[in-house]
This record gives sequence, C-alpha cells and structure tokens, in this order.
Amino acid sequence: MTDMALPERQQALLPDQQGLKARLQRAERMKKVRAFALVAPLLLFVLVTFIAPIGDMLRRSFVDNELSAVWPQTQSAMQQWTDRSQAPGEAVFKAVAEDIRKSRDANTLATAARRLNYAIDNGRSLVFGTARKLPDQTESWKEAMIAIDARWNDPELWQAINQASGPFTSFYLLQAMDLHKKANGDIVSVSGNNAIYIDILLRTFTVAFSVTVLSVLLGFPVAYLLANLPPKTANLLMILVLLPFWTSLLVRTAAWIVLLQEQGVVNQFLLWLGVVDHPIRMIYNRAGVYIAMTHVLLPFMIMPLYSVMKGIKPHYMRAAVSLGARPTVAFLRVYMPMTLPGMGAGALLVFILALGYYVTPALVGGAADQMISYFIAFYTSETVNWGMASALGAVLLVVTLILYTIYNRLVGISNMKMG
Amino acid sequence: MAMADAAAKRGTSAQNGSDILVTFNGVQKTYDGEILVVKDLNLEIKRGEFVTMLGPSGSGKTTSLMMLAGFEVPTHGEILLDGRSLRNVPPHQRDIGMVFQNYALFPHMTVAENVAFPLSVRGVSKSEQTTRVRKALDMVKLGAMENRRPGQMSGGQQQRVALARALVFEPQLVLMDEPLGALDKQLREHMQLEIKHIHESLGITIVYVTHDQGEALTMSDRIAVFNDGIIQQLDSPTGLYECPRNSFVAHFIGENNALPGIVESVSGELCSVRLASGETVQARAVNIGGVGSKTSLSFRPEKVHIEGIGPDHPNRLHGRVNETIYYGDHVRVRMTVAGSDSFTVKMRFRAGRAVPLPGEELFVAFTAEDCLALDPI
Repeated sequence: MTDMALPERQQALLPDQQGLKARLQRAERMKKVRAFALVAPLLLFVLVTFIAPIGDMLRRSFVDNELSAVWPQTQSAMQQWTDRSQAPGEAVFKAVAEDIRKSRDANTLATAARRLNYAIDNGRSLVFGTARKLPDQTESWKEAMIAIDARWNDPELWQAINQASGPFTSFYLLQAMDLHKKANGDIVSVSGNNAIYIDILLRTFTVAFSVTVLSVLLGFPVAYLLANLPPKTANLLMILVLLPFWTSLLVRTAAWIVLLQEQGVVNQFLLWLGVVDHPIRMIYNRAGVYIAMTHVLLPFMIMPLYSVMKGIKPHYMRAAVSLGARPTVAFLRVYMPMTLPGMGAGALLVFILALGYYVTPALVGGAADQMISYFIAFYTSETVNWGMASALGAVLLVVTLILYTIYNRLVGISNMKMG
Repeated sequence: MAMADAAAKRGTSAQNGSDILVTFNGVQKTYDGEILVVKDLNLEIKRGEFVTMLGPSGSGKTTSLMMLAGFEVPTHGEILLDGRSLRNVPPHQRDIGMVFQNYALFPHMTVAENVAFPLSVRGVSKSEQTTRVRKALDMVKLGAMENRRPGQMSGGQQQRVALARALVFEPQLVLMDEPLGALDKQLREHMQLEIKHIHESLGITIVYVTHDQGEALTMSDRIAVFNDGIIQQLDSPTGLYECPRNSFVAHFIGENNALPGIVESVSGELCSVRLASGETVQARAVNIGGVGSKTSLSFRPEKVHIEGIGPDHPNRLHGRVNETIYYGDHVRVRMTVAGSDSFTVKMRFRAGRAVPLPGEELFVAFTAEDCLALDPI
C-alpha cells in the first residue's frame, strides 16, 4: 500500500467506526438494563433497610431538634446572648421563662428536662424546680429565676442551653470523645469520672484485637491440619469446625457460661486434677469474654486460611527444602508468607465482627468488659438518648474506617482471599 | 566462568576418587505395602553426566527421582551420593538442586529474591548474593527481569528462573522433574537446547525425568527407560533407538512397526522368522527364545523401502497400501503387511515423484540388520 492511500482509507473508516460504537452501545444497553433489573430489588432493600436508617442515625449525632421543638422562643432569643463570659440579658430570660411555662402546660417539660440533663448535672431538677416556683408575672425574669436557682447565673449553663437549642450541635460527638465545649467556645477534656468513652473505645479495640490474635494463633494450626489431611478426615474435622458455626450465637454463649462458671465442668475438672485448690473465676470477667468470643469467631479465621492453604501446593515447600532451607526456615519464609492473603482476610473479618460484639460480652463479661455496642444499645433502648447512641456509633465507624485504611496500606485488601 | 570452574574442579577431584556420583543399589519402593512402584533399581551416574529417566506415567521414574532428592524414603536398598549413603541425610542437606514441572517459584518473592533464596539460607553475604544472582540470571538470559514477580512472567521465563535458582548455589547434582512439561512445543525444543548448553558449559551432573522420548533423545548422555518399576534398558540415545533390547523400548522410543512371528531357525546373530502370512524373513536375533518360540519383529518406518525392489530381494514382504499421508518433507504410507494393517513406511518426498495410491499392491523390503527379533508382545 502506498503512503497516499493510507489516510484516505482511514478517513473512509472513521465515520463507520463511530457507527460501530453506537451500535455496540445499543447492543450492550439491553444487557445493562437487564443486569440493573436483577440488582434493583436488593438495591432497594438495602437502601430502605440499611443505608437510609444508618444515615438517619448518623444525622442524629449532630442534628439536635429536641429542645428547640418544645422551647422555640429560647432558640431565637439565644442569638441575643453575645457576651459569653456572663449570663445573658433579661430578654433571653424572659423567653426561657415563657417557654418553661408553656411547655409545663403542654406537658412537654419532661422532654426539655431530659435533654438538658444530658449536658448539665441535675439539669432535670433545675428545670422542674424552676417550673414549679416560677411566678406568673414579674418585673425581672432574670432576677426571679436566679433567685429560684443560682445556677441560672452561670454562663456554662447558658452555653449548654445554647448548644442544645439546635439545629446543629457538637455536644454528642464531643462527649463521645470525652470532650466538652466551654461557654467561651474552648474545647476541653472532660475531667475525672465523667471521662468514660475513650476508655470504652480503647477497651473495645483491645478486646477485638486480642480476639483476633487469639484466633490467628488457634486457627492457623487447625487450618493447616485441615488443608493437609486426606480429604476424608479433613471433611470430618471441617464439620467439627462448622457445627458450632451453625449453632445459635446465644446457645454457644450460654454453653460457655455453663462450662466456665465456678461450679462448672472446667473448674470441677481442674479441682479433680488438683491443679487448683479453689475454683478459678473464668466467667463474668475479661477471660470469659476472650474465651467465648474467640470460640464464636474462630470459623471466620479458619475458613479463609483453609481455602488459601488448600491452594498452596506441596511443591513450594519441597522446592524450598531442596534449595537448602531447613523445614522451619522453609515454613517461615515460604509457607507463611503465602498464607498471608488468608490470614489478612481472616483477621479483618474477625476484627470487624468483634468490634460490634454485643451479646457475648454482655452475657459472659463483667461491668468493666462491656464494649461500645453495649453503650450504644444502652442509650438507644434504656435512656432513649439517640443523639449519644449515634455519636458513639459514628466515632466507632470513623475509627474503624481509619484502621481499615491503615490495614489496607499494610496488607492490601486486593491481596486478600475471603474464602 | 567461576561456576564452570568450580564444577569442573569437583568433577576431577572427587572425594572418594571415583567418577561415580550417584549409585542406586537394589532400591525398592512401595507406598501401600502391596505394590512395588520401584522394583529393583540399580543405576550408576557418573560425574558430569546427563542421565534421563524416561518412561510412561506410573513407571517409577518420578518416585526414583524423589527418593534421590530425599522427599521419599526407599523401602529397601540404598542410594549413595558421592560415596556417602543418603539414608539419614535430610533433603536440605543433600546439596542437590531441583527444578520442578510447575516451576515452584515463590510467588511472594521477586525473581532476584527467588534466585537468592538458596544463597541466603546458606548465609552467603548480601554482596556476594547480588553478584551470584546476577551471574545466574545472565546465564539464563534474564538479567533485566530481576525485579519482576513470577506471576508477571511467561512459562518459559519462569522455568529459566527456576533453572537459575537450582544452579546458583552450585550443587553437585541437579534434578529436573519434567521441567518442560508445561511449555508449548516450540518453546520446549528451544529450552531443551538451552539446558543442554548449560549442562555442557557448567559440567554439572543432571538427572532428568520425562515421559517425552524426543526430549530424552536430544538432551541425554544416557537414558534409563523405565517401565513397571524396572529399568528396561540403560543406554545412549543411539543405542536405544538403533538397538532396543525389548519390544517395550522399541515401542516407546521412536516409531515402530511390530509384526508377530515364530522363530524357525537361529544362526549366530541372525534368525529366520515365519510370519502370520506364511512369509519368512531374516532378522537380527536380539531377544528371542529357542526355535519355535514366539517373537515380535520390529522395524523403524524409515528403514523400510517400497521402491526398486527386485524379485530376488532376500527380505521382502507383500503389502497393500491403505492410505498415504503427506507430511511436507516426507510421506507416510500406511499399509497392510503380513496381516497387520498399521504398518507404516516413511518415504522422502520429492516433487514429481510418484506416490503409492490406496489399494496399490507392492513389496516392502529391509535388511536383516534393520529387522529386530524381540520378545513377543
């Protein structure tokens, strides 16, 4: 072909190729529509039952309309409070006083009292006490209210009311991290007994991490055995691994209570052996939590490890040994690294699942072993403090995502094999 | 080349003064206590030799190799390496390099790390590792790929890395277990030559296992043909092809035409055999019983002629052409001869030359030297 002919031919091809692309798209469109139609029911289901509720819960960690709904005048009057170093002027007091009287008549005072009680010690008694003694008419609402309760003169109280008046608040999220915003806007750590949430968060991660390590230590040999036994024996053992997995979580946890309690089988056996002279406490403490949670989560470690080990052909070890590596060296330098995708996946599964554990620690743990989900449940169902519950959830979610990102950098999710 | 020097030195100054490196002494192996996979293996391999264990699958060749490598324990008998019994020597202390069929490159290591592995487990210094790895990779022409992962390479390249890895620590013996089995034909033939050249330039001893007779013929100094756990014949490639000791070897190595017959008389090296068609031919008496015993005649297709055969030719048989197949450089004529309908004759093809047509009746002829009387099939 000559040089002249080439561009001509290409030009001739060009419009035709565009037509080809359009035809390809048309041909593919039906396929895409069909694929979407297959996914659509699940997508809708997940949206309605999962993504929307979670989004709404997360919204509650910073949106705060509880107080403003019952004390509407307070919310607008708070804007007049400019000098934050002292209590506001008469106009704000008047608005609050009217809101208190109106909500007392409308029977919504309890809502306001509960919301203020989150932020102020004895906030409930302050609100109810003031409402009871509040006169119908007075010259100065400010003086009258301060006379009823001196705390009305405290700018910190007014900062709390201001924060609670919405529409957005940093109160819950700060509190979930043991922080507090003072009247002058400084963010400081909560002192002493009130600082509990960081501890709970650390405890949650400690428990999840320890359970993950225990699962690796216990699961690795089992997975290795399963992967290297003849299929018949391996299948039998696999059922032993899976049987607990198919059993209800509650049943298994209850079984551990029976086994580990002071008059339980394990203690009786140890006493009979003479290893101990009085029963050891293995339940309602951290040990019980570790034992029960590790047992419950072990299959999640064994399965991905097993499936990866099953794929490691024996000739890798043979090659390593033939090249002069002692069996232990061959195992550490060749076999172990090749199991990392499974170990990584298993560890991630166990860790994430352990983070959210609620039933098992609640049943076999002591008061000092409750994880963050216990407190989320407590705020959701016991005190109906949804703001706090969702703030704790949000903090857990964010920290988990940060850890996941670091983990991804270290191990590489794309290298993982989930089973 | 330092590697070649070292290997050559080992070759000349043997510890025990003998030039035998490997000895199999009455070795037996059974896995289930009932069937002997290796029945009675006696084999001596010289220093610098390229010995191939050839045989169909299940013939015991791989088991023999694995016993030499130390991954299987002989049920009976003894294996000596350089005069020392290997009985209590674990595989990692045998100083034997091994190349596997599936390469067995460590997927989590780069090419350079793979090749450096045998050096690093031996505590060789980092700087020496680097130079030796580079040299080994240059030898297999992969110098530019040291930072790749095995997964990013073609099968042929992976096998070269495996080769470099098995050679880099200068083992006294290198075992290869069907190393080219996973490669396509063209690459396989190329690699055969490359392995052969490496063997020649380094002077190492190689024990090679394959079921591909072509591979065995092109590469080996000597070939041990395995069947039923026994070495059927141990010989040079020419010896095996030109003078197979029994029908199995004749069939397994190269193409073969077999015709059953009965020994009529024996005179020295030659014997007279009567075929099923009643015709009688002269054959070389290689492996037969006495007069009247059954035998199987073996002919190579390229040593039988079908042209220019006079009526007084002493060794000729009547045949009928079934079909002719064109192969480019030659033509295969499939015929019915002495009751066998798969008798193949190879004739060189030249343009303009008449090719026999199906149905044509003609004579096939051969010399008594090229017709071997072997054990009956």
